[in-house]
Amino acid sequence: MQTDRGVTAEKEFQPKIIAFCCNWCSYAGADLAGSGRLSYSADVKIIRVPCSCRINPMFILRAFQKGADGVILAGCHPGDCHYSTGNYFTRRRMTLLFSMLDYMGIEKERTRVEWISAAEGAKFSATMNEFAGEIKKLGRSKRLGDLRCR
Amino acid sequence: MQMIAEKIKEKIKELTENGKISRVMGWKKGLYGYDSEPFVFENGDLRDFTYDAFSGANLCKYMIAQSKNDGDGKILVLLKPCDTWGFELLDKEHRIKRENIYALGIPCGGMVDIEKIKKSGVKGITEISEKEDTLILKTMYGEKEVNKKDYLLDKCLVCSSKEYKDCDELFMTDLCGDTAEYDRFEEVEKLEKLSSSEKFEFWRSQLEKCIRCNACRNVCPACSCVKCVFDNDNSGVAAKANANDFEENLFHIIRAFHVCGRCVDCGECSRVCPQNIPLHLLNRKYIKDIKELYGDEDEAALLTFTTEDKEPSVVYERGKNNV
Amino acid sequence: MQRIGVFVCWCGSNIAATVDVKKVAEELKSEPGVVYSADYQYMCSENGQNLIKSAIKDYSLTGIVVCSCSPRMHEATFRKTASEAGINPYMVEIANIREQCSWIHKDMATATQKAIILGRAAVAKVNLNTPLTEGESPVVKRALVIGGGIAGIQTALDIADAGYKVDIVEKKPTIGGKMAQLDKTFPTLDCAACILTPKMVEAAQHENITLYTYSEVEEVKGYVGNFDVKIRKKARYVNENLCTGCGECTSKCPSRKGLNEFNMGLDGRGAIYIPFAQAIPNVPVIDTAQCIKFKTGKCGLCQMNCPSKAVDFSQKDEFIDEKYGAIVVATGFDIITLENYEEYGYSMYKDVVTSLEFERLMNAAGPSKGHLERPSDHKQPKTIVFVQCVGSRDTTGCGKEYCSKICCMYTAKHAMLTREKYPDTEVYVFYIDVRTPGKNFDEFYRRAVEQYGVHYIKGMVGKVYDDGQGHLMVRGSDLLANEQLTIKADMVVLAAATKADESARKLGTMLTASMDTNDFFTEAHPKLRPVESPTAGVFLSGFCQGPKDIPETVAQAGAAAAKVIGLLAKNKLKSNPCVARADSLICSGCSNCEKVCPFGAITYAETDVNDGTVREKRRVAVVNEAVCKGCGACTVACPSGAMDLKGFTNKQIFAEVDAICRQTGE
Repeated sequence: MQTDRGVTAEKEFQPKIIAFCCNWCSYAGADLAGSGRLSYSADVKIIRVPCSCRINPMFILRAFQKGADGVILAGCHPGDCHYSTGNYFTRRRMTLLFSMLDYMGIEKERTRVEWISAAEGAKFSATMNEFAGEIKKLGRSKRLGDLRCR
Repeated sequence: MQMIAEKIKEKIKELTENGKISRVMGWKKGLYGYDSEPFVFENGDLRDFTYDAFSGANLCKYMIAQSKNDGDGKILVLLKPCDTWGFELLDKEHRIKRENIYALGIPCGGMVDIEKIKKSGVKGITEISEKEDTLILKTMYGEKEVNKKDYLLDKCLVCSSKEYKDCDELFMTDLCGDTAEYDRFEEVEKLEKLSSSEKFEFWRSQLEKCIRCNACRNVCPACSCVKCVFDNDNSGVAAKANANDFEENLFHIIRAFHVCGRCVDCGECSRVCPQNIPLHLLNRKYIKDIKELYGDEDEAALLTFTTEDKEPSVVYERGKNNV
Repeated sequence: MQRIGVFVCWCGSNIAATVDVKKVAEELKSEPGVVYSADYQYMCSENGQNLIKSAIKDYSLTGIVVCSCSPRMHEATFRKTASEAGINPYMVEIANIREQCSWIHKDMATATQKAIILGRAAVAKVNLNTPLTEGESPVVKRALVIGGGIAGIQTALDIADAGYKVDIVEKKPTIGGKMAQLDKTFPTLDCAACILTPKMVEAAQHENITLYTYSEVEEVKGYVGNFDVKIRKKARYVNENLCTGCGECTSKCPSRKGLNEFNMGLDGRGAIYIPFAQAIPNVPVIDTAQCIKFKTGKCGLCQMNCPSKAVDFSQKDEFIDEKYGAIVVATGFDIITLENYEEYGYSMYKDVVTSLEFERLMNAAGPSKGHLERPSDHKQPKTIVFVQCVGSRDTTGCGKEYCSKICCMYTAKHAMLTREKYPDTEVYVFYIDVRTPGKNFDEFYRRAVEQYGVHYIKGMVGKVYDDGQGHLMVRGSDLLANEQLTIKADMVVLAAATKADESARKLGTMLTASMDTNDFFTEAHPKLRPVESPTAGVFLSGFCQGPKDIPETVAQAGAAAAKVIGLLAKNKLKSNPCVARADSLICSGCSNCEKVCPFGAITYAETDVNDGTVREKRRVAVVNEAVCKGCGACTVACPSGAMDLKGFTNKQIFAEVDAICRQTGE
């Protein structure tokens, strides 16, 4: 694992993490985490989308390109999608995309998909904490930004 | 090959006389015998028509523009086995007017990569002719004979099938050569085994050669959008719309994702790349993943699903084996 | 350029205790497009809302951002506020700084910084918002029910009773479905015909119900509220209007070789026949494959003998085009064929029968007039072996993986009825598990065991073979006693697995209603919307959605009717404006979006495209806004970005991403 600020500890590294949450399950799960005062890292910022299948790989890549250090997608559990099949498409798309990122040397730990229902406030908070911890360990994401055409 | 080219010409004449076709999409001889290029032959004029070891170009994508007008009559398109897969995709995705096209499947024994010959140290080539499996190279310094098989295009080295799809007629296709013995996933596997930073270094060094000429995009039968997302000012990702260049960073990753599950592995992207970036290794990675994760399916992998599909975390698990 | 107002809510101390609301308001003021910002104790209160309204007027705001609680709480409130102040309700974005910020963070500096970033993202989004209007479409006040079994009949009756017109399309010559074939029903043992036939009559006589029997749905177009359906009314060769149902023709028919479908082929019928005595309509139909007149041109006895001149050999299939507001699928079930289960000898031995055949053998209107006799020699069986799970819960690929649900109970019923009528008969039941979750179900099963002395054997049957002396030898294992046993039986009854009716798959495609791998229709939500298909305006009644017994079927039929009534009661349907939209200038018509749409909302049309340089006719995607639910699956399937989602456009989401990733300039 390479971090580019290992030696000189300037300021504590504050990762930028984007969590895309589907409106019906995971966003509601985040609300539940909130009303239960279940704290999680402030580095996580949520973007609300109707369904996890709305999340275009371009959004994820854009986030990294703009300096995000981790991107997590949260949707309804398979079989529970509000639109019945959306998260099944998400599952395929992201499996293949993540595999490709890994193949290109982008640390696979920086991307993740989690299924979090509206009842799983505790899971939401635990997942975000764990993910934020992982990203913190990885340090700043540089690779995708360095991958460029001439 | 010359014999085959002559027979094809006769076939074209016959189809023209029968009124079945009005034009022909084929290859035209270049100056040196190794630079044949796609060409539309009209009015029965087949001067400079060729079908030789350098007719590697897949003609199927020209059919988007060529089949558009109903009034122009049918155009004959010559398709090698791997060309037909892209042709079928274009048809499936309604990108061509199939009724305006006469697709003729023609035999292929593998196409030659002139760059490989040049790299082998042969200089000053003035003309190339073929005799069965031998290429006769006329150079400024004399004549030389080489074995065609030693200089095949990369895509032909991993030729996986001689199956023709979606053709109106197959012509002499029993003369097809054998498929290759090489495993087409070998290169992908090699890369997969590298460490994360090695992979990254590989791709960074490859992609930084890219001059964004769009040749890969233009030749790709799966990249057939009327307007590419990167040319669409309204998409939020076009270079023009951005102060910093999302497109330059991520063009190839996004392109690979857009053709994921639709790529027919014709290898044209790598063949046309002026910078010799092995772009097919991106597409083939997806093909390999799809095969391993979802098996063989008729439908494009991203347009379907099963309720038992693997979770994305499979990527981390698979990665555990190689550090 | 937008003129944006930012309104930061304290939510009492809920937000203000951990977020420096003044600082948030101050910081956001310098964001692009923001011309006004304010904070207030309770934005959702009347005073708070008035503050927003007057700011909208005073500063000519075009969009607002409310930094407050979750949008799931008050988005609707603030949209209404905005609209009352004269701006489009969809020009409102909420930054959730309570659930996602103040409630979960303790450090004021951290929480404030996060609130500012969330506010920035919302401002960035609102900068790209466009006014959206809810679509409206009229509702045709007529429902179509496909399938005339108990599910379809019940749904139709309930809808009709509420005052709406209903048409029932039934592919068989009569309504009644599978229930009409049953003898008694568990767990009360009341006779199926006694409770079903009055409902059939009621359906036939109801002023709001039209029956199309011997008819099939040929084509479905349109969408919720406005379906266009073509119905094929197959030729019966008997004029329904003239026929009195006297039955003269059926008794005169010289061809007797037809298998009586109603009695599961256990006896014969004429080429012109009425399926059963209580059939509705009570009009015969001619089986042209069997009819001598149709085969040779000679005969016509039925026509000659018909007192009302109703037989008409020249009749042709008719097509009916009708408009409907809602469609209910009630296609029911069938049982699997048993060719994959040679071990039970069904095709070899006449006395190995299916449970449905057994129903007919027990029924007073059946082939043996209710006297239980075995098909081979018409002798009364003395030993009967019932085998459960024949093809159900089968993971070998020969049968069905699911539990057929009804077999445990009907087998208990069969066993009990047999023992009651013929106490000297020995009855054995082979089972894997006995499943009796239902009101009075387990009591019923226990009665069979305890009171009626039915021998239940936990185990599978391995083979059924003939002992050469007219007996069927049933070899099976008793898992509890851990032994192999062979029973000398006179008759074997197989509880064959149920399956979705064959017509379902074709219909599912026509309706673009999704189905599972077993051809059962998928519900819109497995728990919360069990009688609706994900396809708007299509509802599910009965077995077509999954195995169900009669009480469940009737309950679901009523539920489906309630949903239909709720839909038909509306004059106009309002639709969510945050739906997909295809840009025809960019669309390539590749059909990829259509393939991922769960609602069948996308179609294609040859459209004139003119982008200034190119003018041509091109195949492009068209989204039906009344059907689209706005999930966005299509937007990712579209490589060119031609397909976008209103309210959550690519540009808007990019802007949010950019805003969050922006270097914080502190």
